Amino acid sequence: MAEQKKTHRVLIGKPGLDGHDRGAKFIARALRDAGFEVVYTGIRRTPDEIAAAAVQEDVSAVGLSLLSGAHLSLFPAVVRALKSAGAGDIPVLGGGIIPDEDIVLLKEAGINAVFTPGTPVAQIIAAFRTACETQEARRN
Amino acid sequence: MEKHPEQIDWEKKLEESLIRYPERKEKFINHGGEEIPRLAVPDRLDDHYLQDIGFPGRYPYTRGVQPTMYRGRLWTMRQYAGFSSALESNQRYRYLLDQGTTGLSVAFDLPTQIGYDSDDPMAEGEVGKVGVAIDSLADMELLFDRIPLDKVSTSMTINAPAAILLAMYVAVAEKQGVEISKIKGTIQNDILKEYVARGTYIFPPRPSLRLITDTFKWCTEHTPEFNTISISGYHIREAGSTAVQEVAFTLANGITYVQAALDAGLELDNFAPRLSFFFNASSDLLEEVSKFRAARRLWARIMKERFNASKPASLMLRFHTQTAGYTLTAQQIDNNIVRVALQALSAVLGGTQSLHTNSRDEALSLPTEDSVRTALRTQQVIAHESGVTSSVDPLAGSYFIEELTDRIEAQASELIAKIDKAGGVVAAIEGGFIQRQIENSAYEYQQEIEKGERIIVGVNEFKIEEKTKPPLLRVNPEVENAQVQGLKELRERRNNKEVQEALANLSVSARNSSNLMPEILAAVKTYATLGEICHVLREVFGEYRG
Repeated sequence: MAEQKKTHRVLIGKPGLDGHDRGAKFIARALRDAGFEVVYTGIRRTPDEIAAAAVQEDVSAVGLSLLSGAHLSLFPAVVRALKSAGAGDIPVLGGGIIPDEDIVLLKEAGINAVFTPGTPVAQIIAAFRTACETQEARRN
Repeated sequence: MEKHPEQIDWEKKLEESLIRYPERKEKFINHGGEEIPRLAVPDRLDDHYLQDIGFPGRYPYTRGVQPTMYRGRLWTMRQYAGFSSALESNQRYRYLLDQGTTGLSVAFDLPTQIGYDSDDPMAEGEVGKVGVAIDSLADMELLFDRIPLDKVSTSMTINAPAAILLAMYVAVAEKQGVEISKIKGTIQNDILKEYVARGTYIFPPRPSLRLITDTFKWCTEHTPEFNTISISGYHIREAGSTAVQEVAFTLANGITYVQAALDAGLELDNFAPRLSFFFNASSDLLEEVSKFRAARRLWARIMKERFNASKPASLMLRFHTQTAGYTLTAQQIDNNIVRVALQALSAVLGGTQSLHTNSRDEALSLPTEDSVRTALRTQQVIAHESGVTSSVDPLAGSYFIEELTDRIEAQASELIAKIDKAGGVVAAIEGGFIQRQIENSAYEYQQEIEKGERIIVGVNEFKIEEKTKPPLLRVNPEVENAQVQGLKELRERRNNKEVQEALANLSVSARNSSNLMPEILAAVKTYATLGEICHVLREVFGEYRG
């Protein structure tokens, strides 16, 4: 029996005050082209706004993009906001200008995967697919 | 062959001006002792040459805004810098000045750029990260401590609250005993590109334009040597636009500011000479050279034909350039030094007035002091060793360069006409036309890289496994607490009655149509904070949400 391929829903968010959204918009569009349903929050959203949007849109994964250097504060803040909103199970992925040693800290803080400049988009799409599939299996 | 009368006239005027403004050297010679010609021109000057290329320092300024260009004075080497606290940034500025940088360029952190104090909940995590945190005049005094404001020129990358930071700068100059009519520098003050590319807007477009025209007017009267705006294509390009889109959207924004100032009753030839521009120098060297030349010519034509400007200074597009941040790679970062050198060369061959060269490690973090020095040395090598500064606009007359210059001008004009037809820039932003154009170009560019159609050395070709990691600059995490503590003490120390009165006066002015600069200046002098001043304006003007 041919398996019905499910469309994954994801949210791409820009937490904090950083306005550099070339990367976020590119990932959003590349995910769409790869068959995902994508909600993009736009720039300058608070962690609470991003968590609320993730719950409301019932997404299977959240992607965050940040180039301002505030990732150690803001990525974990989104993870906490999701927990407070009762959606702590939604995996959070992140990308941006992030030094290697911070990646370890971010993973400890509950970030599922972190992508830095030059990562091939195919790799990012694959990570979102895996995260969504895991999350959807958990929920069903 | 006999010289064309236009050339004879240009040479005659030049002789006169050389008496007052001599060149850097008596003779410019090559290795071998031969003199390098100041300006190479064709034997026969045809109509295309006379109308479209012309002479440097003359309409349509294709060959540059000054007759002798870098033989007279080199461009200003201006490295954008700032991080953490005012104290630490002050140390970096004084280091850069010691190393031979010739102008300062202040990077503010995001809370400052968006009008939040460091203790605002919205500022959490961002204090001191991408630039220096400035909460009040007290921080600004520290930032320029032991830097004489009558000697350096300072560019400030500040947009939505530009009037407030300018007021702080003016207040510091006064405290230093400097006549404010003598201060030199630039505020970016270009809100329109924030809505489409950079994102540090606060207020909606119309009150933002009023703040901008208020600064135009105030500066014309009080700080005549200060550039009141830096109309920026840089960030439009960084967001993913093509070279043609960069020129078109930037000049369309310029048209909007000129029109807003005229509508506010300003005299064109009073404010137009203080408009300045800011472009990106990306990797396609010949396209970039042509882009700078095309932008200069197109702006001169717009000012003359559309606005009937008469002063030569009103027609001149003077610009700052920064090399393209988006082309820097996190892989094999030393390759970035080469990219930056080529990009910087394009800016010099294109006739820039000032230049920032990016550092090799900026795809990883803010640059270290060593990386910044190499970036500055790159400019110094171009200036003193490459020889390209000895002759004015040395690529002119190349079939390729002239054809590309013509094409970029024509395509940018077409795009500006489209924006006019759509009701102007503000309407084109509200309808999303400009954002979509940029987004599509960015997507195509990135897809070319992903598919390997566009080779980025070290990223999708010529890869190696890198074993060592470069040392990175880390912003001191204590800066946020220190700023918050400093604000607490300031609020106890200052005369709060004075502060409240000044803010109330500002609120009244914001509600009527008087110029806001005097009230803002009065408020910053009471040590009202940036956040407090912006709060008053937010209440009156409302906030823009993208």
